[in-house]
Amino acid sequence: MKRIISILIENKPGALARVVGLFHQRGYNIETLNVGPVFDGSYSRMTVTTRGSENDVEQITKQINKIIDVIKVSDLTEGDHHEYEFIMIKFKQSEKIKKILKSLNGKIHEKDKDAMVMSAWGPSSDIEVAIRDIGKANLLEIARSGSIGLHEGEKVLKI
Amino acid sequence: MKLSGGDLLMRALKDEGVKFIFGYPGGAALHIYDSIFKQNACEHILVRHEQGATHAADGYSRATGKPGVALVTSGPGATNAITGLATAYMDSIPLVVISGQVQSHLIGTDSFQETDMIGISRPIVKHSFIVQNTQDIPRIIQEAFHIATTGRPGPVVIDIPKDKTDPSKLYEYKRAKEVSLRSYQPRVLPHPGQIKKASKKILSAERPVIYAGGGVILGNAHKELISLNKLLKAPVTNTLMGLGAYPAKDKYFMGMLGMHGTYQANMAMHNADVIIAIGARFDDRITNTPSMFAPNAKIVHIDVDPASISKIINADIPIVGQVKESLLALIKEIKRSKIKIDSEALDNWNIQISKWRAQHGLNHDLYLSKIKSSMIAPQVVVQELYHATQGNAFVTSDVGQHQMFVAQYYHFNKPRRWINSGGLGTMGFGLPAAMGVKLAFPKQEVVCVTGEGSIQMCIQELSTCLQYNLPIKIININNEALGMVRQWQDMNYGGRHSASTYADSLPDFVKLAQSYGHVGMKVTKQSQLKKTLDKAFAMKDRLVFIDVYVDPNEHVYPMLVAPNGSMKDMWIKKNTKA
Ligand SMILES: Cc1ncc(C[n+]2csc(CCOP(=O)(O)OP(=O)(O)O)c2C)c(N)n1
Ligand SMILES: [Mg+2]
Repeated sequence: MKRIISILIENKPGALARVVGLFHQRGYNIETLNVGPVFDGSYSRMTVTTRGSENDVEQITKQINKIIDVIKVSDLTEGDHHEYEFIMIKFKQSEKIKKILKSLNGKIHEKDKDAMVMSAWGPSSDIEVAIRDIGKANLLEIARSGSIGLHEGEKVLKI
Repeated sequence: MKLSGGDLLMRALKDEGVKFIFGYPGGAALHIYDSIFKQNACEHILVRHEQGATHAADGYSRATGKPGVALVTSGPGATNAITGLATAYMDSIPLVVISGQVQSHLIGTDSFQETDMIGISRPIVKHSFIVQNTQDIPRIIQEAFHIATTGRPGPVVIDIPKDKTDPSKLYEYKRAKEVSLRSYQPRVLPHPGQIKKASKKILSAERPVIYAGGGVILGNAHKELISLNKLLKAPVTNTLMGLGAYPAKDKYFMGMLGMHGTYQANMAMHNADVIIAIGARFDDRITNTPSMFAPNAKIVHIDVDPASISKIINADIPIVGQVKESLLALIKEIKRSKIKIDSEALDNWNIQISKWRAQHGLNHDLYLSKIKSSMIAPQVVVQELYHATQGNAFVTSDVGQHQMFVAQYYHFNKPRRWINSGGLGTMGFGLPAAMGVKLAFPKQEVVCVTGEGSIQMCIQELSTCLQYNLPIKIININNEALGMVRQWQDMNYGGRHSASTYADSLPDFVKLAQSYGHVGMKVTKQSQLKKTLDKAFAMKDRLVFIDVYVDPNEHVYPMLVAPNGSMKDMWIKKNTKA
């Protein structure tokens, strides 16, 4: 099952590599990865999506927690949460693609007679469906932010 | 007074109480070496290969409980230290390994002797630092020692670009009162609710087993372990890493468990109704097939590292905490509890274990046998060694059959006396590790039991032993083969000895030892064995290399049947399963 793991990590040299390396060392795959500094910029928030059983995810989160630079780890999928992904797509003029993206908060950033750049965002499951529906025809380039997410309600992940 | 980066480093090491630095110089570390020359708080031990430096620091740490320190240069110096780092990492040994690095402005340019030490060592260290500002050196050293020694210990690497130790750039030395890292809170106390549950489960057991590992030794909790079992009177087994955590001479001790564990220890584990795992991690050399592991046992698991709990075998009652504090809490709770252990059931259980021991237990009196075979049995060498040293020696070993024979036949009654590479199984560990032990305990007997294969992996350290006058005793159990490999080939590959023998090309170890300025002795007959050992141990101030030719056909038994076996499935001798 798909898991969304949020990690607060010191903004120190090599810190990111330690997390990414760990997934490989322990035999888990990273499906998407997003990272950026938050609050005062002394630490970053990473969001990693992966697949695995309850046990797998327990092991992953415990192992991530052991990384000295990691401040906090939380499995968003354990409870209710908000989760979104942002994508940008360059494509040859296509009404079909435009329509799909419009249905996902789509926005046009560039338009000339041949190509078009649009962005869209939504729950990553919708993004997945959209990407599948778009197919290969007319598609030139695509970039994904990877999932990001927050706990629902009172629960917050900060230091 | 302001200090250069190298002097800051030495000052910080001194303030950490470092007595020895095991190292090897080179370009990127030369500023540091000049700072070493100018001080006398830490003695530098010049090894002959950086692997030796890391193993020596490791041996020092295992024997003393203090962190070991190694210093290497960039590039090949750093990569030579990798095996030692991995060895320490697998066994959770606190090391601080300092590597020189090329100058900051050259990093990333493929400059001379540049390797990405941080990158290469990442998966085999607890943490690592690269020095970006010289004035951070004292703080980094403090943090490195803090991280290496607390929680589940482990090795830490500090990579220092050469320009950060430039002797012309001076900085103030500042040492913090204490280290605090917001991302690292290693001190964990056991949850009282879990302790209560554990106590209840343990006291209602009929067939309990205490399975204690290296964590008991690392956590300095052997006394608490003994106290716990004064209350319980349960059978105890130690892992390869845990030998000495519980005294071997105690009547409740069953010996080592696992791959080459005793029959009674493995049978007890398989048939237990409650297993109390303490500072042990259910390694695959213990559990055999995990799905077939101890089918009727409830598991109480105490460990400082939450990631070790329920990793391989699900724990019914997990207790995350320092081993010592957890055992103290458990003892208190058991004393307070109204439940009394069913002593009749326990007696029956201990009788059952005695029966297993009588059936297929190890014969610790082989050396007394009147029928002298023409060849020396390797087990007898260990038994004679045990008697020659009255069981009081620090014994290091390498990896292979000889290592298992020591684990089985040398009875360790104290922790930190048995020093071997358990997790990584590193051939070449024994001799340099013994150097570290001997430096820490110059008055004690330090023995390295090795094989003719392993000893050749770090043989160059004989030269270091001469330079620093380290009168270690080396017992080379010479079976003229990579014995453990050959055993597997005998058992699983139809006796095809692919690349595991070299009888015709072995060195003359006696001459080899002599050429390094040491004493060499050769033993080929059992009748010479005891005499030779006594003679060697009488030479208090000399390193003696004793080359003992043993029966090359000997196998290590018991041996768990794998794959698809449980802990009760054992080979107990050639072609015989229990
Ligand atoms: C560095 C390293 N390489 C290979 C191995 C695999 N290995 C395990 S035991 C062994 C044989 C060791 O031979 P020896 O030191 O003579 O000990 P013996 O088994 O004969 O007692 C080998 C090659 C290892 N453990 N370490
Ligand atoms: Mg051998």
